[in-house]
Amino acid sequence: MHNSGQLPGQSPTRTVDLAAVRDTSFQAAVARESGQKLVSCYQCGNCTAGCAYTQNYDIPVHKVMRLVQLGDREAALSCRSLWLCATCQACTTRCPNNIDVARVMDVLRHMARRAGYAPEPAVKTFTDGFLASVARHGRVFEVGLAAVFALKGGKPLQDAGLGPAMLSRGKLALFPHEPEGNGKAEVAAIFERFYAKQAKGSE
Amino acid sequence: MAAPVSKTRLAYYPGCSQSGTAAEYDISTRACCAALGVELVDVPDWTCCGSTPAHTVDHHLAGALAARNLRQAETTGCERTTTPCPSCLAALRTASHHLQQADYRANVEELLGGPAPQQSTAVSVLQVLLEDVGPEAIAAAVKRPLAGLRVVPYYGCIMNRPPELMAFDDPENPTAMDRLLAACGAEIVDSPFKTECCGAAFAMPRLDMMQRLSARLLNMAQDCGADCIAVACPLCQMNLDLRQGQVSSASGRGYALPVPYFTQLMGLALGLPAVNLGLGKLVVGLEPALKAAAERERERKADAEAKAAAKLAAKPADKTAPKPGTEEATPCA
Repeated sequence: MHNSGQLPGQSPTRTVDLAAVRDTSFQAAVARESGQKLVSCYQCGNCTAGCAYTQNYDIPVHKVMRLVQLGDREAALSCRSLWLCATCQACTTRCPNNIDVARVMDVLRHMARRAGYAPEPAVKTFTDGFLASVARHGRVFEVGLAAVFALKGGKPLQDAGLGPAMLSRGKLALFPHEPEGNGKAEVAAIFERFYAKQAKGSE
Repeated sequence: MAAPVSKTRLAYYPGCSQSGTAAEYDISTRACCAALGVELVDVPDWTCCGSTPAHTVDHHLAGALAARNLRQAETTGCERTTTPCPSCLAALRTASHHLQQADYRANVEELLGGPAPQQSTAVSVLQVLLEDVGPEAIAAAVKRPLAGLRVVPYYGCIMNRPPELMAFDDPENPTAMDRLLAACGAEIVDSPFKTECCGAAFAMPRLDMMQRLSARLLNMAQDCGADCIAVACPLCQMNLDLRQGQVSSASGRGYALPVPYFTQLMGLALGLPAVNLGLGKLVVGLEPALKAAAERERERKADAEAKAAAKLAAKPADKTAPKPGTEEATPCA
């Protein structure tokens, strides 16, 4: 299988029926939501060359850009790469055509979420846990997040060994440091409006 | 007590990590700023900026979480807001940048339940110390130079990227920390991985990715002969310091590399008491590195003194033996 220079886990060359996969509303939506001129990508591969995560990706970032150009919504939104991008901004910084590639990845991730894809469930669990912590406390409560992730992430003992070092250095705050004023309620209200809007949008 | 070297007043947004796992970044930032005449006015009732998780879920949600803090910062009356954390900085700057677009602003204000600020400027503490205070003023304020300390400054991915948004230093070869720590007397060790990603927030969901990426950084710093890695980001610090053992177990290499915040090193050079810099909160202690540096400096001084003494001893011979213009006859030093 791995005879074409591709990294293990990355998809082999496949035949695409361009007319059949082209979803023009998807192409337009990515362009609109990211604010990027996607046609200007000429597949130089500079984004992939600087990508720290590409060996964990199933589809390298320049190929994700190509899938968007082709309008292949299913292939673009189902890939694991979207969930493994750290938004380190190397791609955006180095794109010779000034495409904000990291923002395109962000937008695809939003779309993948809305469409119900979650090929890296632990990443989704972590993100959801982080935001739930912020919605609840107004600030992220690190120890609470770690505990929730340990329970829901499927690796309960992964970081257990870090506890003593943190405890002895006063880094394990067992209670959240919440904002002193209305901040907590205001943040909760932002999340309520966001989830209400999302629910309305998916009706 | 000398007068403060500069007069700057900024709104201060600490960020969530700095009230928990990165408390020493907050403590040492406040200590350095106070010593250098930078007045920090805490943003009242601040909340989470949204950080990476918010923007990976929705840009308007991320914008609203950040804009609420920009609004709070406005109440301090300061023209600029500063934060030590690059992730907070990126969130605040991204929001203020996109708020210039009417449709983005409308969506954010809908979630915010009110108006977002028209104009906000957020800058990093690193930028403030470099541009408002400056290496010359810092060098003049140094009481205990970090002489002999070999430091690899590590900037992480987003302190300078993307350059159009962050508008500070060089995106590929940043030197802000190099310049500040050199002013503190440290020996700056050039390392090629200044902006390579450490694994960011993947330590929990994908430990393997963090281990691979942070191992590259620790290996490189070790190979460059560093005594320590200076950082400016709480997430980088946590991966490289608290998780150094986890990285070691994956890479098979042993490390004993302290990873202090640049503000902790600067505070030491300014002669601030260790207790005001949170040095005890580092998992890999800094003391062995400081001892090695002191030893190196002592050797260097002894060496220099021995050379000077040898030169002095050779001087009478200089006067008698060669005639002027016959340098060839001068004995080798």
